[in-house]
Amino acid sequence: MNAILSLIAVIALILIALLGVKTANLHSLFGIAVPYAAMAIFLIGVISRVLKWGRSPVPFCIPTTCGQQKSLPWIKQSKLDNPSTTSGVIGRMLLEVLLFRSLFSNTAFELRNGPKVAYGSTRWLWLGGLAFHWSFLVVLIRHLRLFTEPVPACLSSLEVLDGFLQIGAPGLLLSGVVLLLAVTYLFLRRVLIPEVRYISLAADYFPLFLILSIALSGIIMRYFTKVDIVGVKALTLGLVSFNAVIPEGISVVFYIHLFLVSALLAYIPFSKIMHLGGVLLSPTRNMPNNSRMERHINPWNYPVHVHTYEEYENDFREKMKSAGIPVEKE
Amino acid sequence: MYKGRKIITGLILFVGLAAIPFFYNSGKTSVKPEPNIDTPAIQQLAEKQCVEPREFMKANHMQLLNDWRDSAVRDGSRIYVNSQGKQFTISLQNTCMHCHSNKAEFCDKCHTYANVKPYCWNCHIAPKENKT
Repeated sequence: MNAILSLIAVIALILIALLGVKTANLHSLFGIAVPYAAMAIFLIGVISRVLKWGRSPVPFCIPTTCGQQKSLPWIKQSKLDNPSTTSGVIGRMLLEVLLFRSLFSNTAFELRNGPKVAYGSTRWLWLGGLAFHWSFLVVLIRHLRLFTEPVPACLSSLEVLDGFLQIGAPGLLLSGVVLLLAVTYLFLRRVLIPEVRYISLAADYFPLFLILSIALSGIIMRYFTKVDIVGVKALTLGLVSFNAVIPEGISVVFYIHLFLVSALLAYIPFSKIMHLGGVLLSPTRNMPNNSRMERHINPWNYPVHVHTYEEYENDFREKMKSAGIPVEKE
Repeated sequence: MYKGRKIITGLILFVGLAAIPFFYNSGKTSVKPEPNIDTPAIQQLAEKQCVEPREFMKANHMQLLNDWRDSAVRDGSRIYVNSQGKQFTISLQNTCMHCHSNKAEFCDKCHTYANVKPYCWNCHIAPKENKT
Protein backbone atom coordinates (compact mmCIF):
# COMPACT_ATOMS: atom_id res chain seq x y z
CA MET A 1 0.00 0.00 0.00
CA ASN A 2 2.83 2.37 0.94
CA ALA A 3 4.61 1.50 -2.27
CA ILE A 4 1.49 2.07 -4.35
CA LEU A 5 0.85 5.44 -2.70
CA SER A 6 4.40 6.54 -3.47
CA LEU A 7 4.13 5.30 -7.03
CA ILE A 8 0.91 7.26 -7.46
CA ALA A 9 2.62 10.38 -6.08
CA VAL A 10 5.49 10.07 -8.57
CA ILE A 11 3.10 9.41 -11.46
CA ALA A 12 1.16 12.50 -10.40
CA LEU A 13 4.36 14.55 -10.51
CA ILE A 14 5.10 13.23 -14.01
CA LEU A 15 1.57 14.05 -15.12
CA ILE A 16 1.78 17.57 -13.68
CA ALA A 17 4.90 18.27 -15.72
CA LEU A 18 3.49 16.57 -18.81
CA LEU A 19 0.20 18.44 -18.74
CA GLY A 20 1.80 21.68 -17.64
CA VAL A 21 4.22 21.74 -20.54
CA LYS A 22 2.37 19.87 -23.24
CA THR A 23 -1.15 21.14 -22.70
CA ALA A 24 -0.84 24.38 -20.79
CA ASN A 25 2.43 25.50 -22.44
CA LEU A 26 3.88 26.64 -19.13
CA HIS A 27 7.45 26.22 -20.34
CA SER A 28 8.90 29.06 -18.32
CA LEU A 29 7.14 27.93 -15.15
CA PHE A 30 8.54 24.39 -15.41
CA GLY A 31 11.85 25.38 -16.97
CA ILE A 32 12.76 28.43 -14.90
CA ALA A 33 10.51 29.20 -11.92
CA VAL A 34 10.16 25.69 -10.50
CA PRO A 35 13.93 24.88 -10.61
CA TYR A 36 14.80 28.16 -8.89
CA ALA A 37 12.13 27.63 -6.24
CA ALA A 38 13.31 24.05 -5.69
CA MET A 39 16.92 25.15 -5.32
CA ALA A 40 15.90 27.83 -2.82
CA ILE A 41 13.82 25.35 -0.79
CA PHE A 42 16.70 22.88 -0.89
CA LEU A 43 19.34 25.33 0.34
CA ILE A 44 17.24 27.11 2.94
CA GLY A 45 15.65 23.86 4.08
CA VAL A 46 18.96 22.05 4.55
CA ILE A 47 20.51 24.99 6.37
CA SER A 48 17.59 25.45 8.75
CA ARG A 49 17.37 21.72 9.41
CA VAL A 50 21.08 21.55 10.25
CA LEU A 51 20.85 24.67 12.45
CA LYS A 52 17.90 23.10 14.25
CA TRP A 53 19.96 19.98 14.90
CA GLY A 54 22.86 22.16 15.98
CA ARG A 55 20.68 23.77 18.63
CA SER A 56 19.85 20.45 20.29
CA PRO A 57 22.07 19.78 23.26
CA VAL A 58 23.94 16.51 23.58
CA PRO A 59 23.63 15.62 27.25
CA PHE A 60 25.84 12.55 27.28
CA CYS A 61 29.04 11.35 25.68
CA ILE A 62 27.52 8.61 23.54
CA PRO A 63 29.86 7.57 20.72
CA THR A 64 29.25 4.04 19.49
CA THR A 65 32.07 1.90 20.74
CA CYS A 66 32.73 -1.00 18.44
CA GLY A 67 36.16 -2.01 19.67
CA GLN A 68 38.68 -1.76 22.50
CA GLN A 69 38.68 1.72 23.95
CA LYS A 70 41.86 3.61 24.85
CA SER A 71 43.06 2.10 28.08
CA LEU A 72 46.38 1.08 29.58
CA PRO A 73 49.40 1.42 27.30
CA TRP A 74 49.82 -2.33 26.85
CA ILE A 75 46.21 -2.86 25.71
CA LYS A 76 45.88 -2.20 22.02
CA GLN A 77 43.24 0.39 21.22
CA SER A 78 40.96 -0.07 18.24
CA LYS A 79 41.56 3.44 16.97
CA LEU A 80 38.97 3.48 14.15
CA ASP A 81 36.22 1.58 15.91
CA ASN A 82 36.63 3.36 19.20
CA PRO A 83 38.33 6.68 18.48
CA SER A 84 39.51 8.78 21.40
CA THR A 85 40.83 11.72 19.40
CA THR A 86 39.42 14.12 16.82
CA SER A 87 41.58 12.64 14.08
CA GLY A 88 40.25 9.20 14.94
CA VAL A 89 36.70 10.55 14.73
CA ILE A 90 37.42 12.11 11.34
CA GLY A 91 38.92 8.84 10.12
CA ARG A 92 35.93 6.84 11.25
CA MET A 93 33.53 9.41 9.79
CA LEU A 94 35.32 9.47 6.42
CA LEU A 95 35.26 5.68 6.15
CA GLU A 96 31.60 5.72 7.15
CA VAL A 97 30.61 8.39 4.64
CA LEU A 98 32.72 7.16 1.74
CA LEU A 99 32.61 3.39 2.24
CA PHE A 100 29.60 2.75 4.56
CA ARG A 101 31.81 0.78 6.92
CA SER A 102 29.09 0.12 9.47
CA LEU A 103 26.87 -1.45 6.82
CA PHE A 104 29.76 -3.68 5.86
CA SER A 105 29.60 -5.33 9.25
CA ASN A 106 25.90 -6.02 8.85
CA THR A 107 24.94 -9.49 10.02
CA ALA A 108 21.97 -11.67 9.24
CA PHE A 109 20.31 -13.99 11.66
CA GLU A 110 19.02 -17.32 10.53
CA LEU A 111 17.72 -20.54 11.99
CA ARG A 112 19.39 -23.61 10.55
CA ASN A 113 18.26 -27.23 10.84
CA GLY A 114 18.42 -28.45 14.34
CA PRO A 115 17.19 -25.69 15.04
CA LYS A 116 20.47 -23.87 15.39
CA VAL A 117 20.89 -20.12 15.55
CA ALA A 118 23.36 -18.79 13.02
CA TYR A 119 24.69 -15.34 12.31
CA GLY A 120 26.42 -14.61 9.04
CA SER A 121 27.68 -11.52 7.36
CA THR A 122 25.37 -10.09 4.76
CA ARG A 123 26.80 -7.53 2.42
CA TRP A 124 24.17 -7.10 -0.29
CA LEU A 125 22.71 -3.96 1.22
CA TRP A 126 26.20 -2.54 1.63
CA LEU A 127 27.07 -3.33 -1.97
CA GLY A 128 23.77 -2.01 -3.33
CA GLY A 129 23.96 1.14 -1.23
CA LEU A 130 27.54 1.79 -2.22
CA ALA A 131 26.80 1.25 -5.91
CA PHE A 132 23.76 3.50 -5.67
CA HIS A 133 25.44 6.40 -3.87
CA TRP A 134 28.63 6.39 -5.90
CA SER A 135 26.91 6.09 -9.25
CA PHE A 136 24.51 8.86 -8.23
CA LEU A 137 27.49 11.04 -7.36
CA VAL A 138 29.12 10.34 -10.72
CA VAL A 139 25.86 11.10 -12.54
CA LEU A 140 25.50 14.33 -10.58
CA ILE A 141 29.06 15.44 -11.34
CA ARG A 142 28.66 14.50 -15.01
CA HIS A 143 25.65 16.83 -15.21
CA LEU A 144 27.95 19.76 -14.41
CA ARG A 145 28.86 19.73 -18.11
CA LEU A 146 25.47 21.39 -18.61
CA PHE A 147 26.24 24.09 -16.05
CA THR A 148 29.78 25.06 -17.06
CA GLU A 149 31.07 26.73 -20.18
CA PRO A 150 33.85 26.04 -21.04
CA VAL A 151 33.61 22.56 -19.54
CA PRO A 152 36.56 21.80 -17.21
CA ALA A 153 38.85 19.06 -18.45
CA CYS A 154 38.26 16.90 -15.37
CA LEU A 155 34.57 16.58 -16.29
CA SER A 156 35.49 15.41 -19.79
CA SER A 157 37.89 12.83 -18.37
CA LEU A 158 35.22 11.58 -15.99
CA GLU A 159 32.79 11.16 -18.87
CA VAL A 160 35.38 9.37 -21.00
CA LEU A 161 36.09 7.05 -18.08
CA ASP A 162 32.36 6.53 -17.49
CA GLY A 163 31.82 5.58 -21.13
CA PHE A 164 35.01 3.62 -21.64
CA LEU A 165 33.17 0.57 -22.94
CA GLN A 166 32.30 2.61 -26.07
CA ILE A 167 29.04 0.78 -26.65
CA GLY A 168 26.77 2.38 -29.25
CA ALA A 169 26.28 6.05 -29.93
CA PRO A 170 25.67 8.12 -27.87
CA GLY A 171 28.10 6.05 -25.84
CA LEU A 172 26.71 4.02 -22.98
CA LEU A 173 27.63 5.56 -19.63
CA LEU A 174 28.20 2.99 -16.91
CA SER A 175 27.11 5.21 -14.03
CA GLY A 176 23.59 5.40 -15.47
CA VAL A 177 23.35 1.62 -15.77
CA VAL A 178 24.71 1.03 -12.28
CA LEU A 179 22.37 3.66 -10.82
CA LEU A 180 19.35 2.08 -12.45
CA LEU A 181 20.32 -1.44 -11.32
CA ALA A 182 21.14 -0.29 -7.78
CA VAL A 183 17.86 1.61 -7.33
CA THR A 184 15.98 -1.38 -8.69
CA TYR A 185 17.79 -3.64 -6.24
CA LEU A 186 17.07 -1.33 -3.30
CA PHE A 187 13.41 -1.26 -4.30
CA LEU A 188 13.09 -5.01 -4.80
CA ARG A 189 14.80 -5.57 -1.45
CA ARG A 190 12.06 -3.55 0.22
CA VAL A 191 9.29 -5.37 -1.59
CA LEU A 192 10.53 -8.94 -1.59
CA ILE A 193 12.00 -9.35 1.91
CA PRO A 194 8.98 -9.56 4.26
CA GLU A 195 10.74 -8.08 7.31
CA VAL A 196 11.95 -5.10 5.31
CA ARG A 197 8.57 -4.65 3.65
CA TYR A 198 6.94 -4.61 7.09
CA ILE A 199 9.01 -1.63 8.22
CA SER A 200 8.92 0.24 4.90
CA LEU A 201 6.95 3.46 4.81
CA ALA A 202 5.70 5.58 1.96
CA ALA A 203 8.63 7.90 2.73
CA ASP A 204 10.96 5.00 1.94
CA TYR A 205 9.42 4.12 -1.40
CA PHE A 206 8.83 7.65 -2.62
CA PRO A 207 12.50 8.70 -2.99
CA LEU A 208 13.25 5.36 -4.64
CA PHE A 209 10.49 5.81 -7.22
CA LEU A 210 11.46 9.44 -7.69
CA ILE A 211 15.12 8.64 -8.31
CA LEU A 212 14.16 5.68 -10.49
CA SER A 213 11.98 7.89 -12.68
CA ILE A 214 14.64 10.61 -12.80
CA ALA A 215 17.19 8.06 -13.99
CA LEU A 216 14.75 6.56 -16.48
CA SER A 217 13.76 9.92 -17.95
CA GLY A 218 17.44 10.81 -18.30
CA ILE A 219 18.20 7.54 -20.01
CA ILE A 220 15.22 7.96 -22.33
CA MET A 221 16.44 11.44 -23.31
CA ARG A 222 19.99 10.34 -23.96
CA TYR A 223 19.55 7.02 -25.69
CA PHE A 224 16.07 6.95 -27.12
CA THR A 225 14.25 10.18 -27.89
CA LYS A 226 17.51 12.15 -28.25
CA VAL A 227 16.81 15.46 -26.58
CA ASP A 228 18.19 18.64 -28.15
CA ILE A 229 21.20 18.81 -25.84
CA VAL A 230 22.43 22.14 -27.20
CA GLY A 231 19.06 23.70 -26.40
CA VAL A 232 19.08 22.08 -22.95
CA LYS A 233 22.51 23.49 -22.21
CA ALA A 234 21.41 26.95 -23.36
CA LEU A 235 18.60 26.74 -20.78
CA THR A 236 20.72 25.34 -17.94
CA LEU A 237 23.51 27.86 -18.54
CA GLY A 238 20.87 30.58 -18.50
CA LEU A 239 19.60 29.25 -15.17
CA VAL A 240 23.00 29.44 -13.47
CA SER A 241 23.83 32.86 -14.91
CA PHE A 242 20.39 34.27 -13.96
CA ASN A 243 19.23 35.19 -17.44
CA ALA A 244 17.35 32.08 -18.44
CA VAL A 245 15.39 31.94 -21.66
CA ILE A 246 13.42 28.97 -22.89
CA PRO A 247 14.92 27.68 -26.15
CA GLU A 248 12.62 26.24 -28.80
CA GLY A 249 12.27 22.55 -29.45
CA ILE A 250 13.21 20.87 -26.16
CA SER A 251 11.09 17.78 -25.76
CA VAL A 252 8.65 17.36 -22.90
CA VAL A 253 10.72 14.49 -21.47
CA PHE A 254 13.30 17.06 -20.46
CA TYR A 255 10.72 19.11 -18.60
CA ILE A 256 9.51 15.99 -16.81
CA HIS A 257 13.10 15.16 -15.86
CA LEU A 258 13.68 18.69 -14.63
CA PHE A 259 10.44 18.74 -12.66
CA LEU A 260 11.24 15.43 -10.97
CA VAL A 261 14.72 16.68 -10.08
CA SER A 262 13.18 19.86 -8.69
CA ALA A 263 10.73 17.76 -6.68
CA LEU A 264 13.61 15.71 -5.30
CA LEU A 265 15.59 18.83 -4.37
CA ALA A 266 12.63 20.42 -2.64
CA TYR A 267 11.81 17.12 -0.89
CA ILE A 268 15.30 16.56 0.54
CA PRO A 269 15.09 18.91 3.58
CA PHE A 270 11.88 17.28 4.78
CA SER A 271 12.84 13.68 4.27
CA LYS A 272 15.17 10.84 5.11
CA ILE A 273 17.53 12.09 2.42
CA MET A 274 18.67 14.64 5.00
CA HIS A 275 20.98 11.85 6.16
CA LEU A 276 23.50 13.62 3.95
CA GLY A 277 23.80 16.23 6.68
CA GLY A 278 22.58 14.07 9.53
CA VAL A 279 25.40 11.57 9.33
CA LEU A 280 27.86 14.32 10.19
CA LEU A 281 25.75 15.49 13.12
CA SER A 282 25.16 12.09 14.71
CA PRO A 283 26.51 12.25 18.27
CA THR A 284 27.14 8.50 18.14
CA ARG A 285 29.59 9.05 15.29
CA ASN A 286 30.98 12.54 15.73
CA MET A 287 32.08 12.30 19.35
CA PRO A 288 35.39 10.85 20.49
CA ASN A 289 35.23 8.26 23.23
CA ASN A 290 37.28 10.28 25.68
CA SER A 291 34.92 10.30 28.63
CA ARG A 292 37.68 8.98 30.93
CA MET A 293 40.01 11.82 29.93
CA GLU A 294 37.69 14.77 29.59
CA ARG A 295 34.54 15.54 31.48
CA HIS A 296 31.52 15.86 29.22
CA ILE A 297 29.37 18.63 30.60
CA ASN A 298 25.66 18.32 30.06
CA PRO A 299 24.76 21.67 28.54
CA TRP A 300 21.40 21.84 30.24
CA ASN A 301 22.82 21.28 33.70
CA TYR A 302 21.56 24.01 35.97
CA PRO A 303 23.52 25.00 39.10
CA VAL A 304 22.56 22.55 41.82
CA HIS A 305 22.92 23.64 45.44
CA VAL A 306 25.01 21.06 47.23
CA HIS A 307 25.52 20.88 50.94
CA THR A 308 29.15 19.90 51.44
CA TYR A 309 30.48 18.00 54.44
CA GLU A 310 32.32 21.14 55.51
CA GLU A 311 29.09 23.09 55.66
CA TYR A 312 27.40 20.19 57.48
CA GLU A 313 30.12 20.15 60.07
CA ASN A 314 29.87 23.93 60.50
CA ASP A 315 26.15 23.55 61.12
CA PHE A 316 26.43 20.75 63.69
CA ARG A 317 29.98 21.05 65.10
CA GLU A 318 28.97 21.67 68.72
CA LYS A 319 26.34 18.95 68.71
CA MET A 320 28.78 16.49 67.16
CA LYS A 321 31.43 17.32 69.74
CA SER A 322 29.05 16.88 72.63
CA ALA A 323 27.93 13.54 71.21
CA GLY A 324 31.57 12.46 70.88
CA ILE A 325 31.63 12.30 67.10
CA PRO A 326 35.08 13.16 65.70
CA VAL A 327 35.22 16.40 63.68
CA GLU A 328 37.74 17.51 61.12
CA LYS A 329 38.03 21.12 62.26
CA GLU A 330 38.06 22.03 65.94
CA MET B 1 24.03 26.49 19.15
CA TYR B 2 26.44 23.76 20.17
CA LYS B 3 29.67 23.22 18.23
CA GLY B 4 28.54 26.32 16.36
CA ARG B 5 31.83 27.03 14.62
CA LYS B 6 32.14 23.59 13.10
CA ILE B 7 28.51 23.49 11.99
CA ILE B 8 28.61 26.97 10.45
CA THR B 9 31.86 26.12 8.64
CA GLY B 10 30.24 22.98 7.29
CA LEU B 11 27.17 24.90 6.15
CA ILE B 12 29.31 27.52 4.40
CA LEU B 13 31.17 24.70 2.63
CA PHE B 14 27.85 23.16 1.61
CA VAL B 15 26.48 26.40 0.20
CA GLY B 16 29.79 27.11 -1.53
CA LEU B 17 29.72 23.70 -3.15
CA ALA B 18 26.15 24.22 -4.34
CA ALA B 19 27.05 27.67 -5.65
CA ILE B 20 30.03 26.54 -7.76
CA PRO B 21 28.07 26.58 -11.07
CA PHE B 22 26.72 30.04 -10.29
CA PHE B 23 30.17 31.46 -9.57
CA TYR B 24 31.69 29.67 -12.55
CA ASN B 25 29.28 31.36 -14.93
CA SER B 26 28.97 34.74 -13.30
CA GLY B 27 29.60 37.53 -15.77
CA LYS B 28 29.84 35.14 -18.71
CA THR B 29 27.41 35.18 -21.55
CA SER B 30 27.47 32.17 -23.81
CA VAL B 31 25.76 32.01 -27.14
CA LYS B 32 23.93 28.91 -28.21
CA PRO B 33 26.06 27.51 -31.05
CA GLU B 34 24.65 26.96 -34.54
CA PRO B 35 26.51 24.50 -36.76
CA ASN B 36 27.70 26.16 -39.95
CA ILE B 37 26.57 24.53 -43.18
CA ASP B 38 28.08 27.12 -45.47
CA THR B 39 30.65 25.12 -47.47
CA PRO B 40 31.40 25.13 -51.22
CA ALA B 41 30.05 21.61 -51.66
CA ILE B 42 26.77 22.41 -49.93
CA GLN B 43 26.43 25.67 -51.90
CA GLN B 44 26.43 23.65 -55.12
CA LEU B 45 23.71 21.24 -54.00
CA ALA B 46 20.39 21.71 -55.74
CA GLU B 47 18.41 20.29 -52.86
CA LYS B 48 20.07 21.11 -49.55
CA GLN B 49 19.45 17.93 -47.63
CA CYS B 50 21.80 15.59 -45.85
CA VAL B 51 21.43 11.81 -46.24
CA GLU B 52 18.30 12.10 -44.12
CA PRO B 53 16.07 15.08 -43.26
CA ARG B 54 17.54 17.78 -41.03
CA GLU B 55 15.56 16.97 -37.87
CA PHE B 56 16.45 13.30 -38.10
CA MET B 57 20.13 14.12 -38.59
CA LYS B 58 20.15 16.56 -35.71
CA ALA B 59 18.84 13.96 -33.29
CA ASN B 60 20.21 10.74 -34.68
CA HIS B 61 23.44 11.47 -36.56
CA MET B 62 25.52 9.68 -33.95
CA GLN B 63 23.45 6.55 -34.26
CA LEU B 64 23.53 6.74 -38.06
CA LEU B 65 27.31 7.10 -38.02
CA ASN B 66 27.56 4.18 -35.63
CA ASP B 67 25.38 2.04 -37.91
CA TRP B 68 27.43 3.14 -40.90
CA ARG B 69 30.61 2.12 -39.13
CA ASP B 70 29.18 -1.32 -38.34
CA SER B 71 27.83 -1.73 -41.83
CA ALA B 72 31.04 -0.68 -43.63
CA VAL B 73 33.67 -2.13 -41.34
CA ARG B 74 31.95 -5.25 -40.02
CA ASP B 75 29.55 -6.21 -42.81
CA GLY B 76 31.47 -4.74 -45.75
CA SER B 77 28.33 -3.11 -47.11
CA ARG B 78 28.95 0.45 -48.27
CA ILE B 79 25.53 1.32 -49.71
CA TYR B 80 23.03 3.23 -47.59
CA VAL B 81 19.46 3.68 -48.76
CA ASN B 82 17.77 6.58 -47.00
CA SER B 83 14.14 7.01 -46.05
CA GLN B 84 13.38 8.53 -49.46
CA GLY B 85 14.97 5.63 -51.38
CA LYS B 86 18.06 7.55 -52.36
CA GLN B 87 21.41 5.77 -52.31
CA PHE B 88 24.59 7.00 -50.65
CA THR B 89 28.07 5.61 -50.26
CA ILE B 90 28.80 4.81 -46.66
CA SER B 91 31.96 6.73 -45.92
CA LEU B 92 32.70 9.31 -43.28
CA GLN B 93 35.53 10.95 -45.14
CA ASN B 94 34.12 10.78 -48.68
CA THR B 95 30.41 11.29 -48.04
CA CYS B 96 29.94 13.20 -44.78
CA MET B 97 33.07 15.28 -44.85
CA HIS B 98 32.79 15.92 -48.59
CA CYS B 99 29.93 18.31 -47.94
CA HIS B 100 30.69 19.14 -44.32
CA SER B 101 34.30 20.03 -45.02
CA ASN B 102 34.28 22.45 -42.09
CA LYS B 103 34.77 20.16 -39.10
CA ALA B 104 35.62 22.96 -36.68
CA GLU B 105 32.59 25.04 -37.65
CA PHE B 106 30.20 22.12 -38.11
CA CYS B 107 31.03 19.15 -35.88
CA ASP B 108 33.10 20.69 -33.15
CA LYS B 109 30.92 23.66 -32.46
CA CYS B 110 28.12 21.76 -30.73
CA HIS B 111 30.32 18.88 -29.56
CA THR B 112 32.59 21.26 -27.65
CA TYR B 113 29.60 23.13 -26.26
CA ALA B 114 27.91 19.96 -25.03
CA ASN B 115 31.21 18.34 -24.06
CA VAL B 116 30.69 15.39 -26.38
CA LYS B 117 33.83 13.56 -27.35
CA PRO B 118 33.11 11.31 -30.33
CA TYR B 119 35.92 8.95 -31.13
CA CYS B 120 35.57 9.22 -34.93
CA TRP B 121 39.04 10.66 -35.30
CA ASN B 122 40.76 7.96 -33.33
CA CYS B 123 40.73 5.92 -36.55
CA HIS B 124 39.87 8.41 -39.30
CA ILE B 125 42.25 11.13 -40.34
CA ALA B 126 40.80 14.43 -39.18
CA PRO B 127 40.55 17.10 -41.89
CA LYS B 128 43.29 19.67 -41.66
CA GLU B 129 41.17 22.62 -42.70
CA ASN B 130 42.63 25.01 -40.20
CA LYS B 131 46.24 24.28 -40.91
CA THR B 132 46.45 25.42 -44.55
